[in-house]
Amino acid sequence: MIPITLTVNGERVTRHVEPRRHLIDFLRLDLGLTGSHAGCEHGVCGACTVRVDGEIVRGCLVLAASLDGAEVTTIEGLSDSGEVADLQAEFVARNAAQCGFCTPGMVMTAADILRHHPQASRAEIREHLSGNYCRCTGYQAIVDAVEATLAQRRQEAGR
Amino acid sequence: MKWPAIGYIRARSLDDLWEAQRTHGAAAQVLAGGQTLLATLAFRLSEPGVLVDITRIPELRGVSLAGGALRIGALTRHAELARDPLVARHAPLFAAAAPHIAHPAIRNRGTIGGSLAYADPAAELPACAVALDATLHLLSARGERRVKAEGFFTGLLSTLLEPGEIIAAVEVAPASPAQRTAILEVARRSGDYAMAGIAAALELDATGRVAAPRLAFFGVGDRPVLANRANVALAGRVLDAQAIAAAAEALGDDLDPPADLHGPPEMKRHLARVLLRRALTQFLPAKEMAA
Repeated sequence: MIPITLTVNGERVTRHVEPRRHLIDFLRLDLGLTGSHAGCEHGVCGACTVRVDGEIVRGCLVLAASLDGAEVTTIEGLSDSGEVADLQAEFVARNAAQCGFCTPGMVMTAADILRHHPQASRAEIREHLSGNYCRCTGYQAIVDAVEATLAQRRQEAGR
Repeated sequence: MKWPAIGYIRARSLDDLWEAQRTHGAAAQVLAGGQTLLATLAFRLSEPGVLVDITRIPELRGVSLAGGALRIGALTRHAELARDPLVARHAPLFAAAAPHIAHPAIRNRGTIGGSLAYADPAAELPACAVALDATLHLLSARGERRVKAEGFFTGLLSTLLEPGEIIAAVEVAPASPAQRTAILEVARRSGDYAMAGIAAALELDATGRVAAPRLAFFGVGDRPVLANRANVALAGRVLDAQAIAAAAEALGDDLDPPADLHGPPEMKRHLARVLLRRALTQFLPAKEMAA
């Protein structure tokens, strides 16, 4: 067992973890944060997208043991902070979540667009989200929600 | 599926790494960004005894310009390649390659050293390293040696790396004002490995004459392929439609692509020729483009 101390959604956490524990199982099983989903567990589907040290990663391709000193933000932390309340409202308004399994990862990646690419075009939104799979194929509404949020934020920034 | 039972050692220095290797021998597997290695664990394609995490070893980090060369530390992540000002200025081909690699969340973890060491023949960075005539700094407990990227890749997922040896850095000569580079690829879906790709570097003098052409292809062989005959066809010529046609013709003898799940060898040759034409056309002066 490897001792780690890290920050998860602003809270300091100390645990002993097995090396084979990936970040998503650590969050879900050890910390009870079940918002992040374990989908394919080999880095393809994006359902496990979380932030580590401020940047999005595949949680299933990160060892929890390697995260001593890291700062992790999950969909729970992102939601509580209000950072993407407008984006989430657009998701709800357009029913951009069908079964909902991909939604936390989609929102984490979409938040990355809002933060780093405020001028993103529709094509750039699609490109940025291309590593997140929605097997209900609800992509149009998801891209619409991101596009509408970006447009709204640009308009507010212009005022 | 879940990863197998493994050990984990966090190396904070090169000495930590050498000690872990002495203790665990062949069971010790270096872990950098983990974006390939950890997926192979899930598939049981690899079952290392102990992962030795090298991401906290300072000597393997950072991008710097020293002694007339650009040094890119092996731990430089793809996302960092895309935004680093020194890379943008002195090795723009690497910066241009980064957005082609997988997806943003993967690019935030995957490293250049890991990509080169894994040596996937369809990966972008090995071909870029060959096109830029990069020198790789290889490090082990026995010391350092330097090898050219061109000879480093020895076959499918195979390199000159010896047991216990790691890539410490990638070094390239800074781009001259005459240098032109481009990376293009064909992939079925954004972020997939390329069905075929080209990383091209050459110099164009004031009269439009080509010097030091290095066209490297990926996804068309068991390693990145330097297109020697196409390069010879270009060298010393004024870059124009005829020169591009000659290079495309010569390329047929440079490539011996295997059939794969995407299609037969002839399709790969066709894609490579299309990409060669597109890449070189980007380098034409504006009046040629319009003609």
